[in-house]
Amino acid sequence: MRLVLRGITKRFGSVVANDSISLTVEPGEIHCLLGENGAGKSTLMNVLYGLYKADEGEIELDGEVQHFTGPGDAMAAGIGMVHQHFMLIPVFTVAENVMLGNETTGFAGSLDLEAASTRVTEISERFGFHVNPDALVEDLPVGVQQRVEIIKALSRDAELLVFDEPTAVLTPQETDELMEIMRQLKEAGKAIVFITHKLREVRAVADRITVIRLGKVVGEAEPTASNAELASMMVGRPVELVVHKDEPELGADALVVKDLRVTDLAGHAQVDGLSFTIRAGEILAVAGVQGNGQTELTEALLGLQDDVTGSIVLDGTELVGRSTRQILDAGVGFIPEDRQVDGLVPGFTIAENLMLNRSFRSPFVKNGNLRLGALREFAAEKLKQYDVRARDIDTLAGNLSGGNQQKVVVARELSRDLRLLVAAQPTRGVDVGSIEFIHKQIVATRDSGIPVLVVSTELDEVVALADRIMVLYRGKVVGIVPADTPRETLGLMMTGERPKDLKDVAS
Amino acid sequence: MSTVTDTPTPDSGGLAADTAVAPTRKAGARKLPIALGVLTALLAGILLRSAHSGDTTFQLAAESDFVTLPDIVVPSGPTAWVMVVVCLALTAEAVRRMLAHVRQPGWIPIVFAIAWMTGFLSWAAADGRIRLVSLLGGAVALAIPLVFGALGGVLGERAGVVNIAIEGQLLLGAFAAAITASTTGSPWAGLVAAAVAGALVALVLGLFAITYFVDQVIVGVVLNVLVVGLTNFMFRQVLTPNAESLNSPERLRAFPIPVLGDIPLIGPILFRQTPLVYVLYAVVAIVAYALYRTRWGLRVRAVGEHPKAADTVGIKVNRTRYRTILLAGAIAGLGGAYFSLVSVAGFNREMTGGAGYIALAAVIFGKWDPIRATLAALLFGFATNLQGVLSAIGSPVPSQFMLMLPYLVTILAVAGLVGRSRPPAADGVPYRQQ
Repeated sequence: MRLVLRGITKRFGSVVANDSISLTVEPGEIHCLLGENGAGKSTLMNVLYGLYKADEGEIELDGEVQHFTGPGDAMAAGIGMVHQHFMLIPVFTVAENVMLGNETTGFAGSLDLEAASTRVTEISERFGFHVNPDALVEDLPVGVQQRVEIIKALSRDAELLVFDEPTAVLTPQETDELMEIMRQLKEAGKAIVFITHKLREVRAVADRITVIRLGKVVGEAEPTASNAELASMMVGRPVELVVHKDEPELGADALVVKDLRVTDLAGHAQVDGLSFTIRAGEILAVAGVQGNGQTELTEALLGLQDDVTGSIVLDGTELVGRSTRQILDAGVGFIPEDRQVDGLVPGFTIAENLMLNRSFRSPFVKNGNLRLGALREFAAEKLKQYDVRARDIDTLAGNLSGGNQQKVVVARELSRDLRLLVAAQPTRGVDVGSIEFIHKQIVATRDSGIPVLVVSTELDEVVALADRIMVLYRGKVVGIVPADTPRETLGLMMTGERPKDLKDVAS
Repeated sequence: MSTVTDTPTPDSGGLAADTAVAPTRKAGARKLPIALGVLTALLAGILLRSAHSGDTTFQLAAESDFVTLPDIVVPSGPTAWVMVVVCLALTAEAVRRMLAHVRQPGWIPIVFAIAWMTGFLSWAAADGRIRLVSLLGGAVALAIPLVFGALGGVLGERAGVVNIAIEGQLLLGAFAAAITASTTGSPWAGLVAAAVAGALVALVLGLFAITYFVDQVIVGVVLNVLVVGLTNFMFRQVLTPNAESLNSPERLRAFPIPVLGDIPLIGPILFRQTPLVYVLYAVVAIVAYALYRTRWGLRVRAVGEHPKAADTVGIKVNRTRYRTILLAGAIAGLGGAYFSLVSVAGFNREMTGGAGYIALAAVIFGKWDPIRATLAALLFGFATNLQGVLSAIGSPVPSQFMLMLPYLVTILAVAGLVGRSRPPAADGVPYRQQ
């Protein structure tokens, strides 16, 4: 099926998310939409899928102009979408999810679950997906859930498949498998739109590349283009893709974690006997697929988990059993993984957010009263120093872009005398320019002799920042390896396998 | 996993350190054994404090049985003590399973409840007579509005709309049933009117909760208060002056089903009831089947769990929600007819007396499942009837305490004897389309 988008414009209030975008996708081709977070890729695809209504422009499939009033119409027309956040119902089985909205029924609307199972098995076998139709979706690994999404689209005879940031949640191995699936689908004559901001993947599978920036098409590129070329098209200026850092100047052991165990409410050990050490002036990066204990580890360090055993010693002081406030006062800086939930109060101004970790005492509080003058001065200085793009310090944090919100968090956490920095997903959902800036700040922190723990599910980020890499799988350490360990090895370790000849490195 | 680490854990007492290493260490695993232990001790305590002598008669047969079952006469005190021993044994079994980290099977609380009840009744009715048929049959009858209400609640919440307005739906149902049955002379027309009235309340709920994204709990509570005010006003101004023509409906009579009604014990309890009860059986069966086995049910559950996912496969989320809560309201409204057509003939102010809230508790106790919610409602009905039966035979328990019983059972049930229950993921969350 041939898709033509002509002059699609979509506005949200005064913001133009898509500005007259035109695009052609041929059958049997993988067409990459490359752009930063917030460039308008997902908006465009939601317009195509009937979730949003375009203000201007038209959608044409095989020469016919379409008027979608909802996703149902788009699906009927042969468009299938694999959403970034899976559109699956966790408590339903695979078969139920696949049949939903497209049910085969018998007498009085009774479900024909057998027919649905057969259909799932059929498609699953044709593409080698190995999906059990009777499994509950919530019990499946993320990679398999994604295949369920693909089966869902294929079961409705989709001819055009849209993959919206499909690799964000996958391990490197799963990503490779997905690429293989995409090639297979292409061979089968499907048209594929692949939305991403990861250059490596684009160059691996794309037949054609369209780059989008700030809601506009800024050009087309060949898959042979270099990373630097693609990145500068995407950002609009030359970008440093490599983090420059010197050899670490290691000090004494600063953070010593021994046999740390974190148990969740259901009684499962989420962190299961971790032991590691970080030296002063060193970055230890934690790699692993999301949900392998990283969140629990960082929260345990900050005293945010209830059920923790083992010991966490920072500069000789035991932190387990202390309150979060005592831990903050001991000099731990924390960039939480979800800034919207844990990092900021969206309804507070930038200035108010900047004092959240020092809301009890000087310099911003005296005898229980806020010292607004000191706060304003401080906030204005940080705004400039951390290049936060906002009108002024009274702008609500919730109104900032992702990158600027994160800079506020980073500014707050780095503006105290730190003895440890814990940075969880420091650049998730942040534009390339801000990533560069935040990475520099983290490296500068390390260079000033502070131990840093970075948690990231992006292998690129782990490799770029780490002095050593700790790979987690199901709450356990698979290995602590040097920063120059090959990506393939790291990817393998992220699935829990430990290469035989692997040697751990001590700090 | 079961070894305590050498490292001292500051700030945690002995208990916390102990429990930190057990895999099923949370309160959930201990709840059942503790509850059983407390109840057993309670029963033993009652027996010790005021021992009763004499015999207790359990009457199994109704007056007009085809086959007459003999009465069971037991010595009061010894029987009660035997039951205490049975309860103790069950408690011990529950403790053993807790320590061995084995799942607690469902039969333990059920057998325990029967044993406990038998022990309690043989004590409470010493030298008296317990008519099992009226005890259980009455429980079914009293549970009618609770079951209808709970089904209405389950349906609404499964579609993602919290239906706090069950109380209002019952009350307006009762009101509409009384007027319509009086004016038309047909209690059947009254039933239809009750359903329509319930749906009407649900429509208002939907308008605010679905279309205008108002907090569903608040809308529900306000609707309940509104219906109370409305019916009180109408009762005084319209019904009372015209009681003859507007508020004297014909009562729904019990209608024994041939053959089924003649089965000893079960027949008189289940099949010598009013037609409303037979409607109830049908509704429970249909809702339970439809929710899990039909396209309609699949879609209802989908919009209650993950509305956006439902939307992306072409299901109209809000339309589905509207339809479902209208049906839920109609079912709950039907339950309201019990008050003005079955219990008594005629409407009275605030005659539902909080049944809607008990039904809401049954929804949670029943884990949002139609069958379980029905059973929960039956339990609450039993508690209510027990109170009546015990005060009728002149039991030594103070009547004020007995009046509290249904609500006490409700609180205990909802406070978590059930273990963890998971509501539909999008329960109470309005769905906005961009």
